[in-house]
Amino acid sequence: MPPVPASLAEPGQDNTLVLNMGPQHPSTHGVLRLVLEIDGETIVKLKPEIGYLHTGIEKTCEAKFYQQVVPLTDRIDYLCPLTNNLTYCLAVEKLLGLEIPPKAQWMRVLMNELTRINSHLVWLGTHAMDLGAMTVFLYCFREREDVLRFFEMVSGQRMMTSYFRIGGLALEPPLGFFEKVKKFADRFPGNVDEYEGLLTGNPIFLMRTKGVAHLSAEDAIALGACGPTLRASGVDIDLRRDDPYTGYENFKFKVPVSDGCDVFARYVCRVQELRESIGIVQQALAGMPEGPVKADAPKVVLPDREKMKTQMEALIYHFKIITEGFSVPAGEVYQAVESPRGEMGYYIVSDGTAKPYRVHMRSACFANLQTLATMCEGRLLADVVAAIGSIDIVLRN
Amino acid sequence: MALAPPITDIETLKAHPALGRLLESNAAAVQSVKFDRDELTIWIDKGFIREACAILRDHPDCPFNYLADLTCVDWYPSEPRFEVVYHLLSIPKKERVRLKARLDGSSAAIESVTSVWPSANHYEREVFDLFGVRFTGHPNLKRIMMPDDWEGHPLRKDYPVEGYR
Repeated sequence: MPPVPASLAEPGQDNTLVLNMGPQHPSTHGVLRLVLEIDGETIVKLKPEIGYLHTGIEKTCEAKFYQQVVPLTDRIDYLCPLTNNLTYCLAVEKLLGLEIPPKAQWMRVLMNELTRINSHLVWLGTHAMDLGAMTVFLYCFREREDVLRFFEMVSGQRMMTSYFRIGGLALEPPLGFFEKVKKFADRFPGNVDEYEGLLTGNPIFLMRTKGVAHLSAEDAIALGACGPTLRASGVDIDLRRDDPYTGYENFKFKVPVSDGCDVFARYVCRVQELRESIGIVQQALAGMPEGPVKADAPKVVLPDREKMKTQMEALIYHFKIITEGFSVPAGEVYQAVESPRGEMGYYIVSDGTAKPYRVHMRSACFANLQTLATMCEGRLLADVVAAIGSIDIVLRN
Repeated sequence: MALAPPITDIETLKAHPALGRLLESNAAAVQSVKFDRDELTIWIDKGFIREACAILRDHPDCPFNYLADLTCVDWYPSEPRFEVVYHLLSIPKKERVRLKARLDGSSAAIESVTSVWPSANHYEREVFDLFGVRFTGHPNLKRIMMPDDWEGHPLRKDYPVEGYR
C-alpha cells in the first residue's frame, strides 16, 4: 500500500468530504438533492436543495377562475389529491360563506380517510423498502390498489381525482360503492396486522429505526415539523380533533402520540393512524346521511345535467359559471387541514373578482424538510435514508 | 350566503390574547386589526415585527409557539406594495392569529424572524425568491425554488404568467 500523503495525514487538517446525494437518488422519493459534508461515515453538515419540482402552481392559480383551480390542487401531492381538493374547497367555501349538505360532508370525511390510508400505505411500503424489507412494499401496494379503485369508482380517475368541488361533490357515489368500501374496511385491520407482523418485531428493522434521527419536542416545534413527525416527538396535536372541519367533530378517534422522537416512533404513529382511519371509515359508512351532495347555490354550483336540458334558468347559470366564473366577496382566509403528512394550509386572498388574487399553499413537506439537518447531523450516512423516509416527503409546490 | 361584516374596532377585539398582549407592550406599533370569517388579522409596524413575534411566542397564557406559515401578497401597483403575512398557531391553546406588515415597493426589506423560529428560514427564502422581499439578519438568503441565475421574481404581479419570452 502506498504511504498516505503527508498533507492528508497532518493533524488538525480538515478531513471532511462534500458529497452530493440526489437529485436522482432512489431514497429521495422525488427530486431532492442533499449536499452532505461527511467525515468518514459521519454527517457533519446536511443541506437540502429543493426546487426541482417547482411548477409555479401558485402563479397559475392567479390566472384561473376559482373552480378551475380544483384540478391544479390534485397536482400538488400525487399521494393525497383529495386532501388538497378538500382544503382548497373549504377555503373558498369559507370565503363565500357557503353551507355544505351533510351527505357531502360525510363523503368528504370518508374519502379523506381513504386518501390517508392510500398515502400511508405508499409511505410504509417505500420506507420499508429503503430499509431493505422488500416484501412489505408488495403487500402495501396490494391494498393501495383497492383504494385507488374506490377513487376510480367515484371520480373516474385513480390519482388526479378532483372529486370535491366548491359547494360539495362532483357526483353522487355510484351504486354498490358503499358495500365495496365496507368489505375493504372489514378486511383491512387484518392487513395492517400483516404489515406489523413483518416489521414491528423484526430485529433488522428495529436496529435501523430505534434511536435513529432523534428530534426533540422543542426542536420539532421550533423547526416547524408537523403531522406524524411532530406527534412522534410527543406533541399532541391533530387538526381533525383540535380545529374540526367538514364534520370531523361527529367522529370518534384517538390521536396516536409517541415520545420516542425517533424513526421507529414515527412508524408506530403512522401505523396506528392507519387503524384509526379505518375506524373513521367504518363510522362514516354506518352513519352516512341521505340527501343532496351539492349545496343549494345556483350561482356557484353547476346545475344537474338533467335540469340544464329542461330548465332555461339552469342553462343560464351553467353558461355564466363556465364563461365568467363566479365572484367571491373580498377578503382572505387561511384554511388548514390535517393531511397525511401534517398541516396542509391554503391561504387565499380574494379581491372580489372571479379569479383568486393570491393562493398560497402551505405544504407539510416543505416544513418537515427543515428538520432533516437536525435529525442527521452527527449521525451515520446510512441513517439519512431512514430519516428521509421517516418524514414522508412528497416534493411539490 | 350570509357573511357577517368584518369587525375592525380595536376596543371590541381587545379580549383576544394576541391583541391584548401586543397592545400592552407597544400600542403604537399596532396599526389596525380586522376580525373577519373567524380569523383575526393584526397589522404591525414593519420595524416591530420581530419583537411582536417574540412577544407572542413567549405569551404567558397563550404562547403562539408555532409558525404555521409565512408568505407575501403583492398589491401592485398600489403602495405600500407588499404585505408579508405571518400565520401563528398556539399549540397548547389551539388559537390562531395572522400578523401582517406592509412594505414599500422601493425598499422591500423587513427584519427576519429566523431568530424567533428557525423554521422561518425556508419560508423567508421562498418569499425572497418569488417576491424579491429582503429579510435582514437572515443567515442564508438565497433562492430556494428558482435556479440561482434566474432573473426576476415570478410571483410579483408585474411578472407575466408565461414568464419573459
